Amino acid sequence: MERTEEAQNYSLHTISLLVQNLPGVLHRIAGLFSRRGYNIASLTVGPTERPEYSRMTIVVRLSSMTVDQVVRQVQKLVPVVEVRELKPQDLVERELMLVKIKTPEANHSELRALAETYEASIVDVSPDALIVEATGNAGKLDALEDRLKAYGIQEICRSGRIALERGFKTLAPPNLK
Amino acid sequence: MAKEKMTGAQALLRCLELEAVEYVFGVPGGAILPVYDALFEATHQKGYHLKHVLVRHEQVGAHAAEGYALATGKVGVCFGTSGPGATNLVTGIADAYMDSVPLVAITGNVPKSLIGTDAFQEADITGITMPVTKHNWLVTDVEDLPRIIKEAFYLARTGRPGPVLVDIPKDVQNATFEFEYPETVNIPGYMPAPKEPPRLADAATLIRSATRPVLYLGGGVRSSGSYAEVLAFAELVGAPVVTTVHGKGVFPETHPRCLGMFGMHGSRYANYAVQDSDLIVALGARFDDRVTGKLSAFAPEAKVVHLDVDPAEISKLVTATVPLVGDLKVLLPRLHAEVQRVFEARGRPDLGPWLARVEAWRTKHPLRYAQEPGAPILPQKAIDVLYEKTKGRAIVATGVGEHQMFAAQWYKTDFPRQFITSGGLGTMGFCLPAAIGAQLGKPGELVIGIDGDGSFQMTLQDLATAVELELPIKIFILNNLFLGMVRQWQELFYDNRFSQTPLKDCPDFVKLAEAYGCLGLRARTLEELEPVVDQALAPRGGPVIVDIRVRRQEKVFPMVPAGAPLNDMIGGE
Repeated sequence: MERTEEAQNYSLHTISLLVQNLPGVLHRIAGLFSRRGYNIASLTVGPTERPEYSRMTIVVRLSSMTVDQVVRQVQKLVPVVEVRELKPQDLVERELMLVKIKTPEANHSELRALAETYEASIVDVSPDALIVEATGNAGKLDALEDRLKAYGIQEICRSGRIALERGFKTLAPPNLK
Repeated sequence: MAKEKMTGAQALLRCLELEAVEYVFGVPGGAILPVYDALFEATHQKGYHLKHVLVRHEQVGAHAAEGYALATGKVGVCFGTSGPGATNLVTGIADAYMDSVPLVAITGNVPKSLIGTDAFQEADITGITMPVTKHNWLVTDVEDLPRIIKEAFYLARTGRPGPVLVDIPKDVQNATFEFEYPETVNIPGYMPAPKEPPRLADAATLIRSATRPVLYLGGGVRSSGSYAEVLAFAELVGAPVVTTVHGKGVFPETHPRCLGMFGMHGSRYANYAVQDSDLIVALGARFDDRVTGKLSAFAPEAKVVHLDVDPAEISKLVTATVPLVGDLKVLLPRLHAEVQRVFEARGRPDLGPWLARVEAWRTKHPLRYAQEPGAPILPQKAIDVLYEKTKGRAIVATGVGEHQMFAAQWYKTDFPRQFITSGGLGTMGFCLPAAIGAQLGKPGELVIGIDGDGSFQMTLQDLATAVELELPIKIFILNNLFLGMVRQWQELFYDNRFSQTPLKDCPDFVKLAEAYGCLGLRARTLEELEPVVDQALAPRGGPVIVDIRVRRQEKVFPMVPAGAPLNDMIGGE
């Protein structure tokens, strides 16, 4: 594909959207990304302080020039009230991870200690398996996952990134604040 | 407005009346029967203005609505039933999306209780049309219907115009409620104001400093209706003007500064001018690949001032040195004033040498063809004759293919909304439906169609519609017994391997015309051409189909091969 940003470096970008809470809105947004060839790394949706709006956080792997284009394309979708790229230095980001580990009971205390160093907790225990719950940025969760591998990971579920800007800035335009 | 009890179907028709809709193009079917029943009732009421045009295929309904919209600047409206009726509309909706044509498509759907069950004639048409509409709705509560229709028309006609679709389940059409039409529209995220003020001073500085500027006009000029503003601006700047196929007519092509269409089948002089420019001022245009050629080699020395109502078009393909986001009609006069101020303060740039170069290209590489007496009719000659005989004043609808590019090259347009064509999607079969829509929208004007034998055969069943409405459209088929544009590519890039492009068993278009109740005419030789065109153009109460047999091997030149730089043209030297 020929584009102005040819041969630019690709990296992860966090795009935050405030959308009207209408049926099909996720389809519209995900569909726009797929048909324009933008690769979604993660996508989260949830309610906001106002029930008629939802917030989406989309992480995409793109060049920085394409990100501006993505933001403008997304803004065109009618149910999208506001959309902005959140710059890494300005955001607080979190992801939630649940890891099921199949391991004998003998290892459980060791795992508890490991979880503690990552501010993670053990939320389910059975004789030969347990579930670790952790939150943090993707890097921290990757590191924890790496450490847990030694114990036999059976299943992982990660939420994808949610993010808010630091300070007073908000996504909503003034008439919605 | 006082509330009134009615059904969803009746409410829909009332909304269309309140939106001043003149024509709806459609085909009835099971899931939209309540609407058609309400229409039966409404059309028997006194003072009801909405007219329904029964087309023979929903695709034609959508294209006819486009033709109507393109000719008049109003919103086109089409109806389809659920399932296949709705999916038949999709090509027209996609076409309208690519060319920013204001269109409202209304579809019936199976009752809500059956949605999602794979019911008879069920299709997820809102899902299907999501990528090709500005927005669409599935109406689940009849109370929402008036608001949704209001929003649909508002979205279709404002900002960057485009198609919308409203899907109404049958039970919603039948449900009764207290009708009230909202007076205002409130869509919180639609068309947010640009965050930064437009950089008019920067744009004016670029224009003052340029020594080789060109103005590049696209369909956005037509959508915004800012012809007078563009003409005044062009005369102030004094730069050569090039247009896209949808820019045809927004600036008089007979104006001395106008170089006409550029791009894949633009003239050499227009393409050289763009490629050698040091500043491109793009107004309502989107740098489509059919005009830029190889993007990385496009106008390498040019800075770009890009004015468009759609912020997503800015720097999508070509980086704008100065972006100006907004309505041309509002923003261009402000830019004009700014440029005038700069010219008065610092003097006008001397464009003399540049204009002389451009004129030298025009003299050296004009568009030309060599029609020899006794030889088969050349398609260019046929268009030339049509241009002369209609005194350049006809509304021209085209299909898609070689004939379309010949028409774009040789039918000079001096009036906006005069050249009605499928640019972005390149939809064969567009000509006849568009001519039907245009003629209904402009009943007093001469509407001609320029079609190809391949393109015509994609929607010809709707000759019946044109006959029924006694539309005096004249369709000229440039018949080369080929899918000509594909053949041209096969000849140039696929070593003459004419895979599936000969249309050997073309029907006899004269007999076909007669079968439908049209006048059918044929020109086989150059001697027959002018008399046949005269005969076709004579006033008449119904359609005329003219089969013009043209030289089979003729190709559209010049041509920028796909993926080549704009100045790397073949032919037409």
